Parts: sequence; structure tokens; C-alpha cells
Amino acid sequence: MAAIIKTESLVHVYGRGTPFERVALDNVNLEVERGEFIGLIGHTGSGKSTLIQHLNGLLKPSSGRVLFDGRDIWEDISKIRSLRFKVGLVFQYPEYQLFEETVYKDIAFGPSNMGLDEKEIDERVREAAGFVGISEDTLERSPFELSGGQKRRVAIAGVIAMRPEVLILDEPTAGLDPVGKEEILARIRDYHYSRNSTIILVTHNMEDVARHASRIMVMEKAKLRMTGTAPEIFSHASELKEMGLAVPQITEVFLRLKELGLDIDPSVYTVEQARKRIIAMRGANNA
Amino acid sequence: MDNIILEADNLTFKYDTEKGGEPALKSLGLCVQKGEFLAILGHNGSGKSTLAKHFNAILLPTGGKVYVDGMDTTKEELIYKIRQTVGMVFQNPDNQIVANIVEEDVAFAPENLGVPTEEIRRRVDDALKTVGMYEFREHAPHMLSGGQKQRVAIAGVIAMMPECIVLDEPTAMLDPVGRREVLRTIRKLNRQYGITIVLITHHMEEAALCDRVVVMESGRVVADGTPKKVFSQVELLKSVGLAVPQTIELLYKLRRDGIDLPIDALSVEECADAIYRVLKPDRGGRDGSYNKN
Amino acid sequence: MLKDITLGQYFPGNTLIHRMDPRMKILLTLGYIVILFVADGVFSYAVILLWLALAVSISRIKPSVILKGVKPLVFVIALTGILNMFYTPGRTLVEFWIFKITYEGIYTAVFMVIRIIMLITGTFLLTYTTSPILLTDGIEKLMKPLAKIRVPVHELAMMMTIALRFIPTLIEEADKIMNAQKARGADFETGSVIKRAKALIPLLVPLFISAFRRADELATAMECRCYRGGEGRTRLRQLRYTEIDFYALAVSIVLWGCVIVFKVLGI
Repeated sequence: MAAIIKTESLVHVYGRGTPFERVALDNVNLEVERGEFIGLIGHTGSGKSTLIQHLNGLLKPSSGRVLFDGRDIWEDISKIRSLRFKVGLVFQYPEYQLFEETVYKDIAFGPSNMGLDEKEIDERVREAAGFVGISEDTLERSPFELSGGQKRRVAIAGVIAMRPEVLILDEPTAGLDPVGKEEILARIRDYHYSRNSTIILVTHNMEDVARHASRIMVMEKAKLRMTGTAPEIFSHASELKEMGLAVPQITEVFLRLKELGLDIDPSVYTVEQARKRIIAMRGANNA
Repeated sequence: MDNIILEADNLTFKYDTEKGGEPALKSLGLCVQKGEFLAILGHNGSGKSTLAKHFNAILLPTGGKVYVDGMDTTKEELIYKIRQTVGMVFQNPDNQIVANIVEEDVAFAPENLGVPTEEIRRRVDDALKTVGMYEFREHAPHMLSGGQKQRVAIAGVIAMMPECIVLDEPTAMLDPVGRREVLRTIRKLNRQYGITIVLITHHMEEAALCDRVVVMESGRVVADGTPKKVFSQVELLKSVGLAVPQTIELLYKLRRDGIDLPIDALSVEECADAIYRVLKPDRGGRDGSYNKN
Repeated sequence: MLKDITLGQYFPGNTLIHRMDPRMKILLTLGYIVILFVADGVFSYAVILLWLALAVSISRIKPSVILKGVKPLVFVIALTGILNMFYTPGRTLVEFWIFKITYEGIYTAVFMVIRIIMLITGTFLLTYTTSPILLTDGIEKLMKPLAKIRVPVHELAMMMTIALRFIPTLIEEADKIMNAQKARGADFETGSVIKRAKALIPLLVPLFISAFRRADELATAMECRCYRGGEGRTRLRQLRYTEIDFYALAVSIVLWGCVIVFKVLGI
């Protein structure tokens, strides 16, 4: 089955020919299958923001190809705009892009750009609002009256309403408190399950990604360094640390236990996993 | 008392006194000693930012009083002295920088205070060196990273030579590198220069660096003590919408499973060491020495 | 993408011109503009051109860069030239249909075009060699006397400084907002003028709201740093006239004096 998104030797150079020339993407080859939940991790400057803007055609490759459903997206430039309805991108702090008089109208912006009729738009707006937990009466309010967390959910709904096959979210939990974070991540997970859409979640936070992603990709200095399942990635915990990425606290604890001489596998990333392993170890000791 | 720099006395605050509804702060009482490194923890809406803004008279109490180094914040004539005593750093690094060049921005506060030119120069240089941004003094702010901008903002506040700095979620918009830079800087300000630091945050790892943690919920203080003492109150933290550090959560769960572990081994090292001792009791020693394989 | 605006950009350097006091530079630029309009005749223009060439060469700004500043205004300049060519009364050179080109017309058109180009070049030289901070400091200092007649000099200078500080930031933000709206299918490129104007609403509304929010937060931050208007403010940088400034003034007065003499003598 063809991957829904694929990049081949993707290179992006900013400011070519100027003294500010900078390689943001260096020969990136990745594949995303339909229905996957991908976590994309990397530092600021690792190239992850540049990468996701290639996936919906906002940026053009300096060389290399980007393929959606097997076809090069730049083959027909006139189709680029319609690609953005299939690959939805939610930027960081999306609440700053709200502009309409009512929440309803703002969420409807995407669908109406798609040229859909009133009835279809209405259906999608209400569905999207439901997904993010925006109530009926909130739809008629001005987006500027809402709280920060609500505004963010409206912005996300605005992209979901386009019913994209792939949903990319850049740091959707940035600036939120723990409760707010959990809520957004839960909704994204629910969206993933109910629509079986492909999700790419870009974040610094390894804990978020560890719990929800089926596969993790790690970027560093314009290259795709690692890709694999959570257990696979976390088995390289010390390498991740060397890259300057903050591994979950619990992983650090296990790394230290290993340092102290314990024969233990440090690729844990949730408290529950850690607890089970310790109990098992203790049981083995006492046996 | 001479040693108290900030005091909230039965502080109540309502954003809109006309409308009904709950006050943002409810008869809150809090004292901060000179030289403390304090964290105020709470989820969004707990009132922590509202409280912070009372400490340099951006907001004035609806009920009760706030004192800064003994000065009543409602006294208009004292307002500049109060603001020079307690500096404030905000969440958005961009919206605090006024000038086009870093050193000009750091000079802003001393210029406002009428400090003579040579003295301004000295203060600007010192402040920039303290935050580690001296090499950037002639750079344009918009070219800097978030962490660098925040450090410039902090330098701008230090140039006033305040006794206390209140930082309202200063790392909320920063990446992990920026966050580390900022936390390292404010820790240095407290440890090396004795400046009282009040850090408003909802990040547990940040609060863990402080000497004292105050937890807020619905406009009230619900916990107050050392990080160890506060973080081990797992049920409480969960009930006020805060994330318990993973180390504590693990210890909590293992204790519930019947394993004898301390509840407050907060840091990674302490937690790992405590677990190690349980798993290899014959190897560990009370003095903390371990035989490695 | 939007960041490439060269209009009025500053090119750092350490030439004599760069080191001049901004106030003197501003005053000389103003004098230059005045003298440009006073000048009449080949010799006068030659002298002024000499002055300009001297300034440009000392500043080490490449002529190609300076001319780049003229580019956006080529249309206006050409139009002015053409209008002058056709509508100046005098001895007819060529005539077709209702259009008449006179000798005087060509003469006037040529000088007008040269004058405009010199005007633009001279003004840009000021902004290319003076950092925005020094420019606003210079303007503020020069306008100080106006404070006596209640002109809000300090506030105006503060506004200019803050505007300069936030222009790059707002441009970056506009870029981000545009990308976010494009990601939802917004089209800023195709369509009639009206359609494209309407398409700007999803860009302008968030940008304005953001600008207001920034202003609010910035004002609070300024108050926290004890800002209370211009009274009693000292400055980190003090502007001081040096020898360079007086030499520049002397040279300028001599050359411009010649211009006036030539004008009086009618050449």
C-alpha cells in the first residue's frame, strides 16, 4: 500500500546565494502510512517546522520530491491549493489567526474556501466543533470573547472542518497548563480513532509523544536521525539526551538505575511501565 | 518586620466589581522574605498571575492590602519606588522590548529613573554580563531567540537594581533550551546576588528548583512549603489540576503496592537511589555509597 | 518573504559620514533639499552633483545600492519628465496631433528628472548611513525647542522608536498569519483587485488585533520599568558634535554658496 505521504531526498535551503544561506532540510527521506499517529520530535532549528510546511505545499523543495498518495505534489502547481484541504496544518499558537465575527464563521473559513455548499459547510462546522468540545451556543459568539484554551480549540476545529486525510499539528499544547494539555491530546487521540485519519504531532515534549504515537521520528540539524516505535526510540535514551532532547523524567530514573549497576532495560517512558518493571524485578529478587 | 519584602494581607481582588461572580483572589495571605526563591504554582485560572500583578501595583486590591518593603501599594506617590523595588518579567518575550538595539532597551529603566549617563552605561554592561548577553549588546532584538529575548528583558529589569523580581510564566513561550537559559539566569540572580525571586509557573520541574512552593487554587493558597513537602501531597496536586512529577508519582504508586520508599525523593538521582536501595538492599549503604558492578 | 524591504535600511559602517552627528546629517540633508530647489542652470547642478558624489564616495555605499532605492519610483519620475516635456510652453521642436514638444520642455524635463533622482539619492544616503536609533534621537533633539509650544516631541520620538522596533516583528507575524490562512485554503494571489482586497481580511484582522494586544502588554511592561513620559529622562547615548560635523558644514556652505552665486549671476 502506498504511503500517504512520502519525501524523497528532500532538501531545503534558505537564502541561497546570500550570506545567510542555511540548510534547513538535508536529504530527508520519510514515509507515513495511512492511519498512523506519528510523533515528530526535534529541537528548535532541527528543521521540523520547515519539514511540515513542505508536506502541505507551503514551501517548495530546493531539491527532492514530496509525494502525496504517490503523486508529486508539485507536478501540477494549480493543484497545490487543493492539497491543503487534504493535508491540514495547524500552526503553533493557532488562536492568533482567528478573524471572523463568530466562531461559526471562522470554523467555516476552510470549508467555504473548498467551494462546498451551505448545507455541507454547516454539517462540517458542527461536526468539527463537536470534536474539539465547542458547544452550540459558543458557535454564535465572537471568537475574541473566548478564553485562550477555547480559542485554540476553535482554531483546530477550523482545520478539522476541512476533513483532511492527514492532520499535522505543530506543538498543539504549547503554553497550556497540564489539564489543558491533557484535554487537547485526548481530543486529538479521539479524532484519530474515530476518523482513522493520519496524524503528525510535532512537539518538544517526549512524554506527550511517547504515550500517543505509534511511531516516532527524531530530527536533528536538518536530518532525520531516527525513526521507530516508542520502545525502539527510547532504547536510545542516552543518544536522545546527547542530542539535547529532554527524555521523560522516568526514563532518566531508569538510566540512572542502569548506571548504578542494575541490570535493567531503560526504555521506559510511562510511570506505569516503570512501576511494573520494578515490581517484576523485586519479585525476581525475592524469588 | 524588616525582613519581609512582599506581603499580601487578607487580599481580595475582583476583576469586574460591577458584575457578580467569584473574586479572582479570596482573602489571600502571603509573606515573602528577602532573598527567598519562591514558586507560585497553579493551573490557568487559579489566580497566580493576578496575585503577581499586585506585587508591583499593576493591580490594586479590591479588599485587603498589599505591602512592598513596607510600602502600601495603594499609595500613588510611592508607585515608582514600589516598581523600582519589585521588577516584573512577563510571558511574551517580544512585548517587553521597547528599543531597536539590545543595550538601548536595557537602558530604558535607568533612563526613566533619571540615572546619570555614565552610571547607565555601567548598569547596562553589568546587567548584560549577568544574564550572559553582553556580546549581543548591539544586536537588534528581533533577531534573537526567545530565551535570549527573555534574558534581555531580565537584564532590563536588573538595570533598575530591584530587590525583588517577579516573573509571570517567563518560560511559557520558550523551547527547552530557552527555558533552561532563563531558569539558570534567575537561579544565579537569587543565589549570587541575593535578589528575591517569585516565579509564577505551572511547570513542576521549575517549581522543584525553588526553596519554597506555594500552590494556588481558585484564588486561595492551598499548600505552602518546600518542594519536597508540597509535591508529596499527590492527591492534593491532582485535585487542583497540576501534574505530579513522574518521580513522585512512581514512588507514590510503589508505596501503594506496599514497597517501603520515601515519598519525597523528588529529583531523578534521589528517586533512582531510593529504588536501587530497595532492589539491592545488600549493596546499598546509609551514607549513600554504592558498589558498582 | 516579506522581509526584503530595502527602503530606508541602514548599512552599518565606520566612514566619516557614518560617524557624523545625526543632527548635522539631518540639517545638511534638509539644506541639500532646499538648495536643490533653488538651483537653476548647469553649473549649479554640477556643484550639487559634486557635493552628492563626494558624500556617496565617502560613505562607501555602492552606487548600485543607492540606485536600487530609486527603482520603485521610476514610474513617477518618468511621468513627471514626460508631463514636463509636453506641457512646457516655448519654442516648438516637434509637433504631432495635439501633442507639442518644446526645447524648453526637454530642458525642463531633463533637469526635473535629475533633480528628483538627486533628491531621492540624497535622502536615502541619510537613512543608509544613520541607524534608526540615531535618526530618531537626532530628530528628537532637533525638535526639542518645539516642546515649548506644546508639541509632544518626546512622545513622537517614542512612537517612532517603538514603530521601528516592531516593524520586523509585525512583518514576521504577518508572514505567519498568511501561512496559517493559506493552510486553510486562503488565496492571496489570484483574482480581481476587489477579490484580492477582500482576501486580505483574514490577514489584517488578526494582525491588527495582535498589534493592539502587543501595545497593551508593552505599555504595562514600560510602566513596570518606571516609564512616566519624557520628564526627567536621561539618556544612555549623548549626541555630540565633533570636528567632522563642522568640516562637513563648512564644505557644504561653500559649495551651496557657489550655487547661490551662480543663480544670482544667471548661469
